[in-house]
Amino acid sequence: MTGSRDGRLLGVRRVGDRAVLAELDGLPSVLALRASLLADRPAGVAELVPAAATLLVRYDPAVTGRAAVAGALAERVAGLTAEDVDQPPSPHDTLTVPVRYTGPDLPEVAEATGLDVAEIVARHTAPLYTVAFAGFAPGFGYLTGTDPVLHLPRRAEPRTAVPAGSVAVAGGFTGVYPRSSPGGWRLLGTTDVPLWDPDRDPPALLVPGRTVRFAALPGGAA
Amino acid sequence: MSARELVVVATGPLATVQDPGRPGYAELGVPHSGAVDAPALALANRLVGNPADAAGVEATFGGLRLRARGPGIRHVAVTGAPGPVVVDGVPAPFGAPLPLRQGALLELGAPTSGLRSYLAVRGGIDVPPVLGSRATDLLSGLGPEPLRAGDRLPVGTSAEEFAGADQAPCSAPPEEFTLRVLPGPRDDWFTGEAAERLCSARWTATSRSNRIGIRLAGPPLDRARAGELSAEGMVSGALQVPPNGQPVLFLADHPVTGGYPVIGVVLGADLPLAGQIPPGAGVRFRAVR
Repeated sequence: MTGSRDGRLLGVRRVGDRAVLAELDGLPSVLALRASLLADRPAGVAELVPAAATLLVRYDPAVTGRAAVAGALAERVAGLTAEDVDQPPSPHDTLTVPVRYTGPDLPEVAEATGLDVAEIVARHTAPLYTVAFAGFAPGFGYLTGTDPVLHLPRRAEPRTAVPAGSVAVAGGFTGVYPRSSPGGWRLLGTTDVPLWDPDRDPPALLVPGRTVRFAALPGGAA
Repeated sequence: MSARELVVVATGPLATVQDPGRPGYAELGVPHSGAVDAPALALANRLVGNPADAAGVEATFGGLRLRARGPGIRHVAVTGAPGPVVVDGVPAPFGAPLPLRQGALLELGAPTSGLRSYLAVRGGIDVPPVLGSRATDLLSGLGPEPLRAGDRLPVGTSAEEFAGADQAPCSAPPEEFTLRVLPGPRDDWFTGEAAERLCSARWTATSRSNRIGIRLAGPPLDRARAGELSAEGMVSGALQVPPNGQPVLFLADHPVTGGYPVIGVVLGADLPLAGQIPPGAGVRFRAVR
């Protein structure tokens, strides 16, 4: 999150008769708008689904309507300060995720980037990441902030089973597989942090807007 | 504790425990889930005096057979896709509360129209909730597994007064389904011809359809622009169009975010009807403003 911007609403698109999609100028504005709406929820706004540059706003058509919601969104975005956008308030502390950097894709990542494994680990543990949005599976967060040198495409052949706790990169994002599932991201390492527990509140540790650091555990390839 | 239960003798193609679902967790990656034809389950619950959030069974194309175990008589009701209801070999009314004595066998035949029938039992299906819901979510695996023969479904004890209605009007789903659709949010990603085709073509619901979505077959909906959309939030009723141009109509277990453009969204009031579209049925869309 660089520079000072005050957040811009590029448009509000219709999503059926129970939701709208706010298009914004980037993730910081999405998270700032989300924080504003959660802090003081307009009447009838039922649920928010943030993504990289959009915020889906579900509403109850018995309480409010598209025009009212769109008006509220424009008003909120106009009221965002540069500080709101640069540092959207989050109720969560920075999460530190200890990682054993022993992932099976380290050799191919090294080949693709020209870095050795120690440099990959250094590049991956340096940034402060932000959970942008969820998807794919309960508790799977898409984290922005990945070093551009680690912006790699997905594997051509997805794995049929990626182990739970795998820390991986693809498409400019970092993610952690909350449970074993198929997946095509490039596996750098594993963590034991339980990212998803439906009996915990909140069940996911990777909540949109939360900041995250990865820390290398000894014993990895580094 | 009550020892009353329903024992699954047969499931048909698919039977799952459903309730109104688990809204409010989408930003953690959790689908809404819940009964695809929510008003049908709500009606079944009313018929047996259950609160609206009680869990029942969603039977897909009949074939469900349950045996009542434990003391006393419990009332059940079947709604949704209409079809034969048989108790101990004797035809019983659809859309009405039915007493089930200990040991009674309840059977749902294949629906005469529609796809999903709902069984409510007085007291509700009392499996442990996950994130406040007992719904089976086929996408994320939350909630109980789909039912299998031999499963024992505990019946709860919380129930309200009977509604008083002894027979509810249940309208039969049609042979061809017409759904109203609002264009957008990404209709500008498609050619004008695609927008026209969406509402002029007769689409076919394919057999590769499930609670996540209905895969439709018809003329390709071509894009007007190349490139990839970054993932964005999805809703039930969204018509998401992958690169092959064949739209997928999202239902209750749809992914919370998706990266293919949505050409239009079915009106919320038409979603229960969408949930009754069987594989092979014809589907038409009518654009509304």
